[in-house]
Amino acid sequence: MQLIACPWCGPREEVEFSYGGQAHVPYPDSPAELSDEEWAHYVFFRDNPKGRFAERWNHSAGCRRWFNAIRDTATYRFERVYRLDDPKPVTP
Amino acid sequence: MTSPFRTPEGGRIDRSATVEFTFDGQVLRGHPGDTLASALLANGRHQVATSVKFGRPRGIAAAWAEDPGGLVQIEEPFPEPMLLATTVELYDGLAASGLPGQGRLADVPDSARYDAVHSHVDVLVVGAGPAGLAAALTASRSGARVALVDEQSEAGGALLGTDDELDGAPAVDWVAAAVAELAATPDVLHLQRTTAFGLYDDGFVLALERRTDHLGAAAPKHVSRQRVWRIRARSVVVATGAHERPVVFADNDRPGTMLAGAARTFLHRYGVLPGREAVVFTTNDSAYDAALDLFRAGVRVQAVVDARPEGSPQRRAECEGAGIRVLSGAVVTGTQGVERVTHALVAPFLDGEVGAGSAIACDLLLVSGGWNPAVHLFSQARGRLRYDATLGAFLPGEELDGVAVAGSAAGVPDLAGCLADGQRVARAALGVPAVPSAADDRLPTAPEPVVPTAPLVLWRVPDPSGAEGSTSFVDLQRDATVADIARAVGAGLRSIEHVKRYTTIGTAHDQGKTSGVLTSGIVAELLGVPVQDTGTTTFRPPYTPVAFAALAGRDRGRLFDPERVTALHEWHVAAGAVFEDVGQWKRPRHYPRPGEDMEAAVLRECAAARTGVGILDGSTLGKIDVQGPDAAVLLDRLYTNLMSSLKVGSVRYGVMCGVDGMVIDDGTVLRLAEDRFLVLTTTGGAAKVLDWMEEWIQTEWPDLRVHCTSVTEQWCTFPVVGPRSRDVVGAVFPGVDVSNEAFPFMTWRDTTLDGVPVRLARISFSGELAYEVYVNPWYAVAVWQRLLDAGRPHGITPYGTETMHVLRAEKGYPIIGQDTDGTVTPHDLGMAWAVSKKKPDFVGKRSFARPENHNPLRKHLVGLLPVDRQTVLPEGSQIVEYRTDGRLPAPPVPMLGHVTSSYRSAELARPFALALVKGGRERIGETVHVPVDGTLVPVEVTGSVLVDPEGARRDG
Repeated sequence: MQLIACPWCGPREEVEFSYGGQAHVPYPDSPAELSDEEWAHYVFFRDNPKGRFAERWNHSAGCRRWFNAIRDTATYRFERVYRLDDPKPVTP
Repeated sequence: MTSPFRTPEGGRIDRSATVEFTFDGQVLRGHPGDTLASALLANGRHQVATSVKFGRPRGIAAAWAEDPGGLVQIEEPFPEPMLLATTVELYDGLAASGLPGQGRLADVPDSARYDAVHSHVDVLVVGAGPAGLAAALTASRSGARVALVDEQSEAGGALLGTDDELDGAPAVDWVAAAVAELAATPDVLHLQRTTAFGLYDDGFVLALERRTDHLGAAAPKHVSRQRVWRIRARSVVVATGAHERPVVFADNDRPGTMLAGAARTFLHRYGVLPGREAVVFTTNDSAYDAALDLFRAGVRVQAVVDARPEGSPQRRAECEGAGIRVLSGAVVTGTQGVERVTHALVAPFLDGEVGAGSAIACDLLLVSGGWNPAVHLFSQARGRLRYDATLGAFLPGEELDGVAVAGSAAGVPDLAGCLADGQRVARAALGVPAVPSAADDRLPTAPEPVVPTAPLVLWRVPDPSGAEGSTSFVDLQRDATVADIARAVGAGLRSIEHVKRYTTIGTAHDQGKTSGVLTSGIVAELLGVPVQDTGTTTFRPPYTPVAFAALAGRDRGRLFDPERVTALHEWHVAAGAVFEDVGQWKRPRHYPRPGEDMEAAVLRECAAARTGVGILDGSTLGKIDVQGPDAAVLLDRLYTNLMSSLKVGSVRYGVMCGVDGMVIDDGTVLRLAEDRFLVLTTTGGAAKVLDWMEEWIQTEWPDLRVHCTSVTEQWCTFPVVGPRSRDVVGAVFPGVDVSNEAFPFMTWRDTTLDGVPVRLARISFSGELAYEVYVNPWYAVAVWQRLLDAGRPHGITPYGTETMHVLRAEKGYPIIGQDTDGTVTPHDLGMAWAVSKKKPDFVGKRSFARPENHNPLRKHLVGLLPVDRQTVLPEGSQIVEYRTDGRLPAPPVPMLGHVTSSYRSAELARPFALALVKGGRERIGETVHVPVDGTLVPVEVTGSVLVDPEGARRDG
């Protein structure tokens, strides 16, 4: 069982967290102005990379705060975690 | 009575005491400190069982968990299947029997307790042999927090099975001193009888401690029998030693055939001679120690058969000095005997060719094909293995963060090297600053290691019988042979993983501890590829079998999942309620009177609520307190309808959708103040809705000044329901004007009862006049009792969830998650009225405009009335297109939808159902069919509101 470093609580066991899918997919400013296809992309479409992926996580059995993380989907390693108000890190 | 094969002295058994045990019905004796295997051998018994497929006799072939032969079942004092005789510690009253490869589940419940403990350490050392003890001492001397776990009954590892010396004294004396030092050091956790069976991410190790198994019937009841240690370690030192590897030859499964090192262990640790006349077959130097030790103990060593052309000149001289014959450049090609080896067939062996052989009489055939480092935990941590062609073994092939391998598990061959390696690895794990001075971390002096003659890597001896290896066993537990591997390769299999699955090698109880690397070698040989390319199969936890009872620990029965009860639970129990589980809640389902079944009780309860007055414990309803200047903004964005226009003192029903426009929850909202709402959710949706609100507030709208908290358990809720509810509530709360004019539908009022704050709300989940009573749980029983007392003249009837469901279904009120399934929009439910057209946006709104949501064939929530007025349609039943002849159309039968709720109605005097039906609202008045038990039941499609569609009753 992995340790995940909650930005608020520090390293905690993976079972305390829940996954929130791809990060940096903001709710559109004006959904009504989007085409069906654009809206469908917001609702249904997500990236599925092998390698680094910016994800949302929730420390659901801890402080209940949401945060973002860069995780490698091939190794499961968390490369970094960051708060929601932090910019998306530039990864090499 | 003396056991015939017990040495006169020596060993780590307690000869002053005798224990009596039974094996296969035979009463035998042994000593404390014995294993079942050593006690059987001491009594001259090698055969333990017969094999799973061929029924061939099988015996004890190793001294610990790598033994592929001695499977037993404990019968007394508590039944337990599939254990190894080599790992069962002997105790008085033990009754066991041999198993032909398959155990029998116990037919009595296991009354023992199992538990789990968490531990956090700087360094976890797995294995208390020389390398592990050296590592643990080094780490503890630096002040680190250390755990040392070892699977055997005492520390020492391989040293227990040898007569090695350290500092000029028996090595076991050093072991005892090391254990004493660790015991005296704070922050050291030392556990014996504890198997680290799984190594997971970030230094997480699961270990099973067998706490009372070795005590038999004397085990104290208050101590858990086994304990799972959940250890999180900054660094893990894997010092798990090595397993000796056999060589495969014809009839190599005959009892009396044993790994050479195991014979040494039986001799030195248990004081047992595994035979009287031995042949030792080896490919390396280590088996010479077994030959010499057994010789000194009085065993006649008939020959050492060394497959290497020149053997080992030095070891040969030692043997010949003792009068032991050494045959170099020779192999064992087979055995003779029935239930026990009587002869070893020995033949010259040159350049892979076997010459003409002869039989040598023996009752013990020792085998050594080299040593396989026990890399299981390292490999579980996804450590890459590298094949060492000199040793014929797979070694750790890379450095892992936080996992290091030490000693013979890393391929270190000798005692001095293992001690030094343990120290080195521990120091590396701790980092430089934590290392004490060398003087404070002294290692004992081991004898100068003899430079060994290079081993020969030999997986199998060609079968001279022409049987092509059909009795040359690779995996004894699966009865899988060289012939089976040849068949797999012949069938075109190339991957070792495929060969494993084709032959089943490595899939039995021992998970290939002796057979795995052999299979890699033989497959490589047959394919003509390097062994490195074949590789090994994947090592997976657990290292040795773990009982499910141990994994479950205390989380069984009532402790499996938390139970939530309301403040009225005791009252419900006393009232004879039948409970149902709603999530983790225990809710009264109905309150049967004597002689009533559920159907009769529910019909009575329903009638009371529709014609008189009923009362429900609705305390499990989810309640969320939403506070802050932007509370109304939040609710406007999350509910499909407008909440900001709600007046303080009023209540509004609302529906919540996901961004896809599908309903996720519904409930009512009370506005408590301009900046405060009480959101009521379904019982099952409470946590989900709170999470949903938090997610949006945190991730999308952090600028909103609003906070949410669960108050589900801060309020007990009792709906008082029915035409007489006004009389009851008015009587209990005389200070409240309960008239429609002063207290209209969908409003709430605060009041007090004897100084206790109470909130009343005109909310109805039944369509009847109803008042929900909210009170602090401390006062719940008293308020409930007041309501019952006041209701007695009106025949007030407590009702349960079943009646609640019937009443709400009669009114067409859906249960989200029962009448919906995540593909249902508010419009599908006929709730377009609850979807705001004024709000520019809310979660889900944009999706309502998607073309699919305007498909006229979407499923709608409708009512169904079985035409026969008798059949209660099973929930989940399919609704199908019918044929006029009343038979099902040919498959695939066109499906129209399914029944979501179905009950018998007291009010309608007939069964009814709710259903999701394609284009359902357009089908109202039509007849469709529902197959029930093979017959088609005609049902009439109706609107979803079957009782009081005008809504005339809600005001009494």
